Amino acid sequence: MGKIKALEGVEPVTMIDTPARLDYTFTAGRATSRFLKGLEQKKLLGERSAATGKVYLPPRGADPVAGVPTEEQVEVADYGVVTSFCVVNVKFYGQAMECPYVCALVVLDGADIATFGLIQEIPYEEVRPGLRVEAVWVDDSELGTTLENIKYFRPTGEPDAPAESYKEHV
Amino acid sequence: MAKPNPSDVEVLSAPLTIEYPFRRSTGPVLGAFFTGLREGVVIGVKRQDGSVLVPPSEYDPESAEALDDLVEVGQAGVVTAWSWVVKPRDKHPLDRPFAWALIKLDGADTGMLHVVDAGERSRMKTGMRVALQWADERVGHINDIVCFLPEG
Amino acid sequence: MRDVAVVSFAQSKHERALPGINEVEMLMPVVGQVRDQIGLDKNRVGFTCSGSTDYLAGQAFSFVMTLDGIGAWPPISESHVEMDAAWALYEAWVKLQMGEIDIAMVYGYSKTSPGDLPDVLTRQLDPYVYAPLWPDSISLAALQAQAVLDEGGTSEREWAEIAARSRASAKNNPNAQLTGDFDPEAILAEEYLVAPLRKHDCPPITDGAAAIILAADDAAREFSKRPAWIRGLEHRIDPQSLGVRNLTRVVSLEQAGEAAGVSKDKIDFAELHAPFTYQEVLAKRALGLSDEVSINPSGGALAANPMMAAGLVRIGEAADRIIAGEGDRAVASATQGACMQQNLVCVLEGE
Repeated sequence: MGKIKALEGVEPVTMIDTPARLDYTFTAGRATSRFLKGLEQKKLLGERSAATGKVYLPPRGADPVAGVPTEEQVEVADYGVVTSFCVVNVKFYGQAMECPYVCALVVLDGADIATFGLIQEIPYEEVRPGLRVEAVWVDDSELGTTLENIKYFRPTGEPDAPAESYKEHV
Repeated sequence: MAKPNPSDVEVLSAPLTIEYPFRRSTGPVLGAFFTGLREGVVIGVKRQDGSVLVPPSEYDPESAEALDDLVEVGQAGVVTAWSWVVKPRDKHPLDRPFAWALIKLDGADTGMLHVVDAGERSRMKTGMRVALQWADERVGHINDIVCFLPEG
Repeated sequence: MRDVAVVSFAQSKHERALPGINEVEMLMPVVGQVRDQIGLDKNRVGFTCSGSTDYLAGQAFSFVMTLDGIGAWPPISESHVEMDAAWALYEAWVKLQMGEIDIAMVYGYSKTSPGDLPDVLTRQLDPYVYAPLWPDSISLAALQAQAVLDEGGTSEREWAEIAARSRASAKNNPNAQLTGDFDPEAILAEEYLVAPLRKHDCPPITDGAAAIILAADDAAREFSKRPAWIRGLEHRIDPQSLGVRNLTRVVSLEQAGEAAGVSKDKIDFAELHAPFTYQEVLAKRALGLSDEVSINPSGGALAANPMMAAGLVRIGEAADRIIAGEGDRAVASATQGACMQQNLVCVLEGE
């Protein structure tokens, strides 16, 4: 290193702050907008692929298998079966939930792919694949164009779904 | 029950902001440059051929060899390229019309990018001399330089 | 080396903004068309490569969602570059040269309208000494433009004529966004945006997508009666620091053009990716193109500039004209980075 008088004996800079912020106007597109508008009416509207017959929820406008648009709307139930779950023990920055809590993949009756959701009203150690659950919605006055309309899923009390019935989702 | 997708749908939109704090480590070469800014001097690095890069880089852009021969350069120099911002954007360093410029400080062989607060476009000319204006409070950041002003 | 050709090209109708649809909905018809128009079954595509950038959508991994529009099941061999899809085409071409596959699909897209592009592009700059100043893309292009003016040999008038010619040529391009007859005198009378650039010297903001099918040897002949053979494909990059470069020359484009063999034979037309008018002057010089060469018959990036696809579109537009027999040898270029820092050259020939 060359010798520079001004640098001698001073605390060197080793870090710099370079914050960055960019603002966008996000548009949801047609399929997502249809889905969100349905949620406002407490409806879960999936879309079906003409190519494969599968129902996707939330829909994105495309059948990811065939790469063709999904053309039909299918109302899907707000109850279904847990296919996989995890118990979260580590808090992350900005998290609102108390640990431990359970996140799960839930295949709602009528849908062909799983939806992500929280599982509550059951001790976390009792959550299991096959557990039948139903959505708990916010009060009607709080409904908006958002999946946050569903606060969480809770057990319905029905017998567990047999493994055969959801094995392709595991 | 299935029905065809409705042909008309109100497409929803919402503001989306991405914002990151980014705290970056500087290493010894850029660290020296930023320390210099905090202390009120500008530092460059000498290449094998004796030419001086400002701002300094850790490696020679042509030969890729590691560089560490730091030198102090002047605080005034020559505009080698420039453009004139008629309507400043929110994130620009200045909020009145100004010039972006590459400024080759005395003792340096490359231009550093910064802004010239020339007042009017007619005051800008390639080859003009400009002098560095320091911020009153400096932390070791490129913004420790507020701008350059036309000399004379 | 295997003979690799462009056998199909498709692009969207480029628009200032497509707020009603998302990226998947925008891309899907283009990908469908590029396969369907040559009767290619998606299962015959051995490799798929895309170009896009998350910063335009403001979402990390945004390109993963667009795979929904490709039909990536059964699982496909796929890759992605956070760059213009011209570089995705390069990656696909390499894969074809390795002999592992015979057919590849390349696509590029962006919705630029949701964000503020000139600010977004500051994020590609040196994060220590450039980006914190937020020097937007137009400001930096203007800085290079001034250097080019200072050096001599071009003028704001020449740039206005390039702007006018481009948008006039674009009248024949059904996919172009900015088309029409503009008077260079009227352009020159307008206020500067960032001097020495005026609004007409700059590309439009565009939402759009494009896709290309590459095929090798017999596969190319199976899908096209007159494939556009890639006879040269090279890319080079200049240093990142503007102060270290001579901004009046694009050395990386000169090197890529030389390596790709542009000057080996007559060039009938060129599709040059020059989002700013003055950049066409630099590109023409760098590739050694004479005044006889027709430049940007499509209108070029000045008529439609879908980020991350505009370079691929140059290759596609050149290929389409070769395939249609409008010329026998063409050069297409793509550029990335501030002040044309990184450049790719593609030389195409009909049989």
